[in-house]
Amino acid sequence: MRVVVDLSRCEGYAQCAFLAPDAFRLHGEEALMYDPEPDDALRDRVLRAAAACPVQAILVDRLEGRRIPVEAARS
Amino acid sequence: MTTTEAPDILRRILDYSSRPDPYPLYAELRRTPVARQEDGSYVISTYRELADILHNPHLSSDVRNLAHPMPSAEGAPVPAFINMDPPEHDRLRRMAMRHFGPPHTPGLVTGLEPTLADIVGGLIDDFADKDRIDIVDDLAYPFPVTVICHLLGVPREDEPRFRVWVNDIINSIGYDPKTDPKEKLDDGVRARQNLREYLGGLVEQRHGHPSDDLLSRLANDDGPDGRMTDEEIISTANLLLIAGHETTVNLITNGMLTLLRHPHVLRRLRDEPDLVVPLVEELLRYEPPVHIIPWRAAYSDVTVGDTVIPKGSQIMLMLASGSRDPNRFHDPDRFDPGRRDNQHLGFGSGVHLCFGGPLARREAHIALGQLARRLDGPRLVADPPPYRRSPVLRGPIHLQVERNGG
Amino acid sequence: MTSADNLRAFRRDGRIVIVGASLAGLRAAECLREEGFTGSLTMIGDELGEPYDRPPLSKQVLTGWVPADGTTLPRRRDIDAEWLLGVPASGLDLATDHVRLADGREVPFDRVLIATGVRARPWFVESEAELDGVFVVRTREHAEGLQRALAAGPSRVLVIGAGFTGSEIASVCRERDIPVTVAELGPYPLVGALGAMIGEVAADMQRAHGVDLRCGVKVTRLEGDAQGRLRRAHFDDGSTVDADVAVVALGGIRNTEWLRGSGLAAGVWGIACDTGCRAMDLNGLITDDVFVAGDVARCPNPVYEYRLISLEHWANAVEQAEIAAHNMIHGQADRWPHLSIPRFWSIQFGVNIKSVGVPTFADEVVVTQGSVSDHRFVAAYGYQGRVTAAVTFNNAKWLDHYRQLIETAAPFPPPCPTPDQPVDTKPVPVDFPGPLLLAQGATVVVTGHDPGERRVTAAHQHHR
Repeated sequence: MRVVVDLSRCEGYAQCAFLAPDAFRLHGEEALMYDPEPDDALRDRVLRAAAACPVQAILVDRLEGRRIPVEAARS
Repeated sequence: MTTTEAPDILRRILDYSSRPDPYPLYAELRRTPVARQEDGSYVISTYRELADILHNPHLSSDVRNLAHPMPSAEGAPVPAFINMDPPEHDRLRRMAMRHFGPPHTPGLVTGLEPTLADIVGGLIDDFADKDRIDIVDDLAYPFPVTVICHLLGVPREDEPRFRVWVNDIINSIGYDPKTDPKEKLDDGVRARQNLREYLGGLVEQRHGHPSDDLLSRLANDDGPDGRMTDEEIISTANLLLIAGHETTVNLITNGMLTLLRHPHVLRRLRDEPDLVVPLVEELLRYEPPVHIIPWRAAYSDVTVGDTVIPKGSQIMLMLASGSRDPNRFHDPDRFDPGRRDNQHLGFGSGVHLCFGGPLARREAHIALGQLARRLDGPRLVADPPPYRRSPVLRGPIHLQVERNGG
Repeated sequence: MTSADNLRAFRRDGRIVIVGASLAGLRAAECLREEGFTGSLTMIGDELGEPYDRPPLSKQVLTGWVPADGTTLPRRRDIDAEWLLGVPASGLDLATDHVRLADGREVPFDRVLIATGVRARPWFVESEAELDGVFVVRTREHAEGLQRALAAGPSRVLVIGAGFTGSEIASVCRERDIPVTVAELGPYPLVGALGAMIGEVAADMQRAHGVDLRCGVKVTRLEGDAQGRLRRAHFDDGSTVDADVAVVALGGIRNTEWLRGSGLAAGVWGIACDTGCRAMDLNGLITDDVFVAGDVARCPNPVYEYRLISLEHWANAVEQAEIAAHNMIHGQADRWPHLSIPRFWSIQFGVNIKSVGVPTFADEVVVTQGSVSDHRFVAAYGYQGRVTAAVTFNNAKWLDHYRQLIETAAPFPPPCPTPDQPVDTKPVPVDFPGPLLLAQGATVVVTGHDPGERRVTAAHQHHR
């Protein structure tokens, strides 16, 4: 699955790092590092993390499972 | 931005008769986002102003910064970090967090999940053959106290004593010298003293005997911020216990009450267990366990919106009102588990954001999920149910539910 | 037909082309669909593959945690677009409303959004830039190559340029226990963005983590061996450093060359536009059908005296994309201005550095909360007596308060004490290496929260 965190909104509450520690980690006391394409096995945890973000900075792909492939240019 | 009618609205909110439904009064209160009271204190009730002030560094959680301190049953030699300001607050919170969450103990909450499910499962098993159950007494109350005892390392056989103290302390939190008997405060003071002595004994035993529980880790750890004193450990444990208990009871109970009032959502939850995740966030907005932060102090003159609150003023923060502010949330009085952009104030915000929030969330996910799955055709016996006294930590004292055939 | 009819027809079956298929381009496309544009949408991008996120490339990817091809951006919604990828745009013809591609194709449009971003500034000597072991970091291929070089255990990495990217890469090297030398022309790391006081803190952090930090020096030559592998770097003070990896982190070049001859006000500083993200032509006139967003946009900010500012900030790209998309399908009366206060973050040496506002738009800086020596503090920047920016080190929860101070043109230094009082509360000169900005007082304040209600109001000057 695909995830992006708007780190300019993130205030370092680390709720995500509690609820999905394999996908979201703190670097030092406050800085968030995350896996932008966490394994599908972590899906439930990642969704819990996204829901719990106090500043709603975590975007999880809303197209999952119904992706239209990107067409490369014919050059 | 001040008015004379606001004090009366606040009085009505605090009055016990408003406990089942304070929300229409919050709506009235929000007409004056920052309302000065007759006694010189201020009440803030709108979302933007609350979110702003929770991020305002001129706001203090230290009672010594109030021009007129209020009576308290606290009586501790050192306050818990909830009643402190940075940098001391940050230091103690960091030291406690080393053993509770990221970055040093990131897997604690996820590691507890099987234990949480077992405890809830066992409690539901215990009332499996009863036709009438009390969500509070049979599940919401015993569940978090068992979890916190497990975390702290309180022996199982001591849990009943623990519960009595916790109960007396929580009753004393809402103490109002004008209406409450003095015993309520005295019982609270005594219970706090007993609890502190008991925790002190546990901490003493832990020194030099490192084990896996939180008390032992706090007593034996030497992190970059040094080691907590025994008094600091006791205050911290006390805080986790008191703040972490009643709130979780209310979250689960308010959650079940809300589901019973929205049977279509309860049915959906049975079919879609994942719904519990956004549903709990919506509960934290719609029926939160903590309605009010009773006081913060203006450390220096604080500007909120157009109002300058003078240094030393007491400021009351109406979090539950902010989470129902129509200027922030569309159709705020509707319970909508699918709500997007749900930046509720259920756990507060800023540096004092609820320490145990992630654990509380998982407790609520698991409890409500299992209740939805295992309770067949539940019906509310009384709506509204009887409420606890406190307008601050608001929730039913009992929640009687009948089930199919009952 | 009235203009309202025209607009309705355009929203229904007009043609929109977005040049630049990265963060800004993607978010703009999603917003266009979200707001009801049902016409044809074409995405043009010079890189192959789906839009991906770049900030992780200098962090999670280089530490080896996340693969370089594992930062594909999540989608907010389906955009139902035609994707023309792998070929850059080479020209814009505003007489016939066509985008020209490098392979000769021409793509017609009714409205176009330019979001071509920046590319990494390469090492200035081409033959030296081609040595094995010399890297820049902008694309996922760059990051992939550098990650492999770091994983191979180089004897030493040389980072040229101690801006945010260079400092982040140095931090990753130390995390991976790789010896690293950082060469910076200025007196401190981050000095160009944050000034001397914060630069000094950044220098302390680097040295405390074992970085061989050399400031005030210029790398003059990269020397290779017979096999064409990097071996050594020469400095203008005559010294040398042996290194088998060098990362050139000297900032970016805006991708505007393809607009030469288009008649737009495009150049090395970006493409000038108004706060509605409409491009400006060479005469300074606003165009109706050409919009700009992201790193390549040079947008006036009323809070900073309407100066044209280009920002390479993630949030700015998203916000401008949203504003541009909205304005592309709305009439003049319903257009929104882009009035966000800039926000930025960097993660290095275990510290979360965040900023709000424009720190270079300042003459003084003061620590307002916390402890500099503990690397936990807030510093506020002021210009002519009002707050214009703030920076936090591991204190992000307070930053939003400073955004409000900036938006309300609050006086500088912020007068009221906080419980977490720093040792020294005296403002010091901000001391940027470049020329000081010359202007006076606040002219405006920003009001409103939602994009549709953000407005500027004229303000009276603050007096100290």
